[in-house]
Amino acid sequence: MITFDNVNKRYASGQDALVRISLEVPRGDMVFLTGHSGAGKSTLLRLLTAIERPTKGSILVAGQNLNRLRNSQIPYYRRNLGIVFQNHQLLFDRSVFDNIALPLAVAGCSKREVGRRVRAALDKVGLLDKEKHNPITLSGGEQQRVGIARAVVNKPAILVADEPTGNLDPQLSQEIMRLFSDFNAVGVTVLVASHDLELIARMRRRVLTLQAGQLIYDGVPSREAHPV
Amino acid sequence: MKHTQSRAQRPASSATEKRPRSSGAVAARTGIADRWQSWLDHHRQVARESLRRFFATPMASAMTALVIAIALALPAALQLGLANFQRAVAGWDGQPQISVFLNKGAQKAAIESFAAKLRSDPAIAEVTYISPEDALAEFEQASGLGDLLVGLDANPLPAVLLLRPQDTRDSDRLQRIVENLREHALSDSVVLDLAWVQRLTQLTELGQRLSAGLALLLALGVILVVVNTIRLHIESRREEILVVKLVGGTNAFVRRPFLYSGLCYGAFGGLLAWCLLLGAVLLLSGPISGLSSSYGSNYTLAGPGLSYFAGLIGGAALLGLMGAWLATSRHLREIEPS
Repeated sequence: MITFDNVNKRYASGQDALVRISLEVPRGDMVFLTGHSGAGKSTLLRLLTAIERPTKGSILVAGQNLNRLRNSQIPYYRRNLGIVFQNHQLLFDRSVFDNIALPLAVAGCSKREVGRRVRAALDKVGLLDKEKHNPITLSGGEQQRVGIARAVVNKPAILVADEPTGNLDPQLSQEIMRLFSDFNAVGVTVLVASHDLELIARMRRRVLTLQAGQLIYDGVPSREAHPV
Repeated sequence: MKHTQSRAQRPASSATEKRPRSSGAVAARTGIADRWQSWLDHHRQVARESLRRFFATPMASAMTALVIAIALALPAALQLGLANFQRAVAGWDGQPQISVFLNKGAQKAAIESFAAKLRSDPAIAEVTYISPEDALAEFEQASGLGDLLVGLDANPLPAVLLLRPQDTRDSDRLQRIVENLREHALSDSVVLDLAWVQRLTQLTELGQRLSAGLALLLALGVILVVVNTIRLHIESRREEILVVKLVGGTNAFVRRPFLYSGLCYGAFGGLLAWCLLLGAVLLLSGPISGLSSSYGSNYTLAGPGLSYFAGLIGGAALLGLMGAWLATSRHLREIEPS
């Protein structure tokens, strides 16, 4: 589903953010991406979400070569992705419902379809009673769940999350991870960047570890000896 | 086309469905009619939202609209003034006339034969004889200086023949007719009042060009005002733009609300400009009809009618749209997720 082939990313400053990264995430997999801050996690996600382009190498997502993606095609590519942010990027000038409806609005969904899908997504994250609230009135965990609902409302094939539990306590983090597992269980390919090693170890999933822009570990860690 | 392309890329097995596929919703979504409908819906929704935003900050919006209105009212007022001026001078048909002032001692019979000779001249379309008495009466009426003339013993005014030439465009030929008339024994002086007709046309032309130049300059000003206002809008909605871009919003989608906002500013500015113009005309029409009635005319000022209403609002809306387009072209590109 996701293939990185010898990907290099060098910023204009001359700093190598990613060095010869090759990896493969099969369809329906759930993978964690970990490493210290500055190891290249964010860069990898930025390449995957077509925010940036690789300096060298190619990236294939769902059979599409991102190098060949024209700028005007990027919006359509992103509609296949669900993106969850650490700071959830919710808009506080509108209701929870309208926040979640945003990806459907940009894709041009009919009104009744929007209503059905948004409620289905809200139901999935357990916030059906909060659709009329302003997200600013919700707790941190609830806000993140709204962010996840927005990421999945368009039924994306791939779910990408950047530090989705960054600001949450362990119990809430666990709930969020369970949500991701649920989506993965119905076939969504999930890639989660996180530095919460404790949590990752408990999930018993494949882990990719980056260090100084290089992939130094790729496997399923045991509980006792997790990487880094 | 791109929609179907991206859909095709989505693998069939990506079953994140939260309800059975048989719901039919997926099929319904791909319909072109449905997509068109939702596009229209979005336009309607964005238009409503722009109006709501416009009135959400009434003071700031009114200021911007007023700046636009003043900038547009100036050239429009000049244009309207010119139109009124042209209407006022339309009574003077602008045809060149030749006035032949006759010798004071000319005999009536000689004048009549001279007039008859001129009437038979194919180069002259019309001959009007104004006797000294007629001229005096007309002068008294038109100038209001009748009292002054009572003190005079004799009528100081000469008899006049007013000629209307057949061909008014050929100024050489007119000049030749004037020369011939001057040589006639009865004529004292001959005046071809062509110069001031030309002057009037040239003045009107000057006014037209002035108002066109002013309009062009101020239209540019309106665009710049809208560019700046929309730039501030874009800045204040930075977060939203980033999120929309990340969830797959196209540039057109991101741009749309700002275009509608620009349209809003322009249209309201145009409406205000029309109101300003109407106010000015109402304010001036009293004194002007008083003035013209004192000259024995029933001339009244023409207000900015439907054409000005449509032209100002439509033109201003277009300028607003252009301003918004420029602002979004320039500033939306700078806002990319990072």
